[in-house]
Amino acid sequence: MTVAKRIVLHFPRRLVDRPIICRLIKDYNLEFNILKAVVTPQEEGVMVMELSGEQDNYDKGIEFLTGNGVRIQALGQDVIRNEERCTHCGACLTICPTLAFEVDPTTRKVNFNEERCVACGLCIKACPPRAMEVHF
Amino acid sequence: MAKTIKEINEKIKEGKAVVVTAEEIIDLVKEKGVKKAAQEVDVVTTGTFGPMCSSAAYINIGHSKPRIKLGGGRAYLNDVPAYTGLAAVDILIGANALPDDDPRNRIYPGEFNYGGGHVIEGLVAGKDIRLVATAYGTDCYPRKKLETWINIKGLNEAVLFNPRNAYQNYNVAVNLSDKTIYTYMGVLKPELGNANYCSAGQLSPLLNDPYYKTIGIGTKIFLGGGIGFVAWQGTQHDPTVLRSEKGVPRRGGGTLAVIGDLKQMAPRWLVGASMLGYGCTLTVGIGVPIPILSEEILKYATVTDDEILAAVIDYANAYPNMKPDIITEVSYAQLKSGRIVVRGNEVPTASLSSYPRAVEIAKILKEWIASGKFQLTEPVAPLPGVESGVTFKPLKERPIED
Repeated sequence: MTVAKRIVLHFPRRLVDRPIICRLIKDYNLEFNILKAVVTPQEEGVMVMELSGEQDNYDKGIEFLTGNGVRIQALGQDVIRNEERCTHCGACLTICPTLAFEVDPTTRKVNFNEERCVACGLCIKACPPRAMEVHF
Repeated sequence: MAKTIKEINEKIKEGKAVVVTAEEIIDLVKEKGVKKAAQEVDVVTTGTFGPMCSSAAYINIGHSKPRIKLGGGRAYLNDVPAYTGLAAVDILIGANALPDDDPRNRIYPGEFNYGGGHVIEGLVAGKDIRLVATAYGTDCYPRKKLETWINIKGLNEAVLFNPRNAYQNYNVAVNLSDKTIYTYMGVLKPELGNANYCSAGQLSPLLNDPYYKTIGIGTKIFLGGGIGFVAWQGTQHDPTVLRSEKGVPRRGGGTLAVIGDLKQMAPRWLVGASMLGYGCTLTVGIGVPIPILSEEILKYATVTDDEILAAVIDYANAYPNMKPDIITEVSYAQLKSGRIVVRGNEVPTASLSSYPRAVEIAKILKEWIASGKFQLTEPVAPLPGVESGVTFKPLKERPIED
């Protein structure tokens, strides 16, 4: 069985200059697609990626990452909507490249589909009441 | 079968008034016909909730001991400059005001995370606000410096006073250039990447009373969650604008200046907003009741999104350069479908005005009236109408020569 998941990797400072991803891909035969990476030497690195492959290999790959001190989060948790601040205006609709926002045709409320979100962050500053927040 | 506002108020007092929202009236008239609906319905409630830049609050902070005269001095609320050109302790905070050290667009596009609109929201939310002021000192007002926390509860007066709100209709903004632009109509992607609009359409107050037959100076309204009044026509009020056969403005049209006690209002209905690359503003909730005094007034209130047209304008060139060019016209029904066609291209649409909140406002106002706690007012004077000849003029510059 194959799996494909979008995850956020947090690299502690000591790992930033080691070829972790290269080994992950080679040793566990996984495919990856980097959606976003902020890796600065001497600081914590954050990488958002889609990782796919055989379930067995995927699990071992994740074990390899966590065993080396990489903290892993599911992507859905990373961009969140502050429901108290969102006014459901819809300014985000055409800004999102993956169409993660949709208008309910009946209520005209804006739904945020977290599964489509790739955490690019474009909505954060385009939201007039600043209701979208990134939490890495 | 003409009714009067006095008769409607009697029914409101008795809890017998029939009140529906500007959305509900559409189907009701389809079902019952204009004649019957006009007999049955007493009030139609409208609503709108969008960024309205020409908004401000003035406050009276009370006199310190010894006294200080802020008039002619400087005052800051949470580092945002307030206007001090009034008397000793009256200051005014405008929605667009920014802290002196905000980088603005020097780092482009500026984020504008906190400004006057946010100060107003904070005040309404009952948060403590830091007041820092300096003055020049006089014999009767000797103090020169003041630093204190203030809270809306302790202020003598806190009044929301917005010189221009509730635009009757508004432009649809697009970008024909080859780079992204950052405007008060939101982020506009290059080459017709998106189209932004900003009106509640069929629910919007002045679109339901296009000739200002019931809404006038003194009309009592829902303002920011509390009760307010129409103070005057808004700035840039343009009753002689291009209209459809049914009288609906096809361009900006009329506006309202509104006033109300900030102390009664709520932060859900006055939300500080940041327009990337443009500035800070305040999102204001307004609801206006329309008394159904005649069949004619009812007919106007049944306006639907497909009957309201708006002009699509290029904000990369035509708008900034005051060119009158309009690319095309589209209806709010088309805008709300999520896509419009501009120059043969399908363009995705987005709104800056919240329709769900507009619906909520119309429903709250309906509830207030139906439960007898909100009576209607007779306007004390009409807003300038088509016959006034009032237009919205551009600035005629006259060079100053030495």
